[in-house]
Amino acid sequence: MASSGSGYDLSPTTFSPDGRIFQVEYASKAVASSGTSVGLKVKDGVVLVTEKILTSKMLVPGSSRRVHGLDRHAGCSITGLISDGRQLVNRGREEASNYVDTYGIRSPPVVLCERLSSFAHYFTLHGALRPFGATAMVAAYDEDEKDYSLHMIEPSGQAYKYYGCAAGKGRQGAKTEIEKLDLQALSCEEGLAAAVKVVLQMRDDNKDKPMELEAGWCRDGKYSKVPDGVLKDAEKKGREELEEEEDMDEDEDE
Amino acid sequence: MASLHLNAATTAPSQHTKYPIVTGTSVLGLRYDGGVMVAADTLCSYGSMAKYKDARRIRTVGPATLLGASGEYSDFQSIMDMLEGMEQQNDNFDDGHSTDAQQTHSYLRAVMYQRRSKMNPLWNDLVVAGPNFLGLVDKIGTTYTDNFIATGFGSYLAIPILRKKWRPTMSEGEARGLLEDCLKVLFYRDCRALNRIQIAKVTEEGGAVVSEPYEIETDWSAASFATTKGGLEGDGGW
Repeated sequence: MASSGSGYDLSPTTFSPDGRIFQVEYASKAVASSGTSVGLKVKDGVVLVTEKILTSKMLVPGSSRRVHGLDRHAGCSITGLISDGRQLVNRGREEASNYVDTYGIRSPPVVLCERLSSFAHYFTLHGALRPFGATAMVAAYDEDEKDYSLHMIEPSGQAYKYYGCAAGKGRQGAKTEIEKLDLQALSCEEGLAAAVKVVLQMRDDNKDKPMELEAGWCRDGKYSKVPDGVLKDAEKKGREELEEEEDMDEDEDE
Repeated sequence: MASLHLNAATTAPSQHTKYPIVTGTSVLGLRYDGGVMVAADTLCSYGSMAKYKDARRIRTVGPATLLGASGEYSDFQSIMDMLEGMEQQNDNFDDGHSTDAQQTHSYLRAVMYQRRSKMNPLWNDLVVAGPNFLGLVDKIGTTYTDNFIATGFGSYLAIPILRKKWRPTMSEGEARGLLEDCLKVLFYRDCRALNRIQIAKVTEEGGAVVSEPYEIETDWSAASFATTKGGLEGDGGW
């Protein structure tokens, strides 16, 4: 990084001479070193899968969650710093509940995500504040349009709508794998299997720390956590498929 | 010159509910063998005018709680909004815990009592039911639980019938029949009642289910309705 450390990276209120805001880029770095997350919009819903890296063998399974519900029709996954992500989750819940109280209908996904991205963006505008070291993928159902959507909100405050997206350590490889999928042909179950497989594929079990998968989906108009049994099955199936593919590759090499 | 001493504090319009405006009448509830049933008609009156004939006054709160309300309908709507918001918060935690009927009953007691203590009550008498729970909270925060409960006119007209006919071993069909009988008497004698009703049940297996509204048969040929009273002219009506 050419101009790194030359005084332009001390505050998000300062641009570098070549027009960059280093504090925001550093925040994205915090996300990039986190476990891989994948979001897929499929035929009949949206699937979120994230890899939670376990920092200790003594952690209780299922603790410090990365996938959270925001409202009946929306949920999100967190990549990056869990505690920063929880800030986004809390804000998302607040916005969703305010929207229902005010307008009597569930918040349209675009509105919810715009408000969340404004919130994230605000933290890139002040010298006294620090951008969030977390990216949120929001899966939501639009009760008016009867349509599902997937948005990703980044530390910079950028928020785009995606068919498929990835964040964290394995995002580059994951994106390449997602591009190979025919998303509009997949059901939620198939989407879950595909997303789990992509996340597993980005791992090197010999090198990487132990992890736990977490998943949520938005289907039948509602958001929910993927039941533990269903996720475990998908994980087992994904591992088996990957092993088979590996064996086949080895056979070809011989 | 005393009138000059009237200040804003004494002349400003009051900011609290002094009387209800749009009201629902009686709610009935009873335990039977296997669950609890709640019944009410679908009328909301504006004073003595039968204004809204499709007001659903029995709602579900979560999977296994019923809430029936008599009194100010807008206050009931606001209570429902509050409970739904709390339920969503609870669902967001996604930790397997949920609020049961007894907890909802206790919470509503706290809310109703706080509001009456601020001299600004929510003008409702609420019947709360769960698979093995039946309780009442009134507009001043009084609570009780019982095998059968009736609010409003029902406490005069339905309670005597329930005292005579209720048994702990009643089947679902018998319970439904008894509630329909009570609602029929209420329709005959309570001028704020309607023959369009909803009956809801809550059981361990099936959770809380509220029926669609339906009309009950009435028969106005009984002598007390059809013949004149006190030797007066007319058809016996009021």
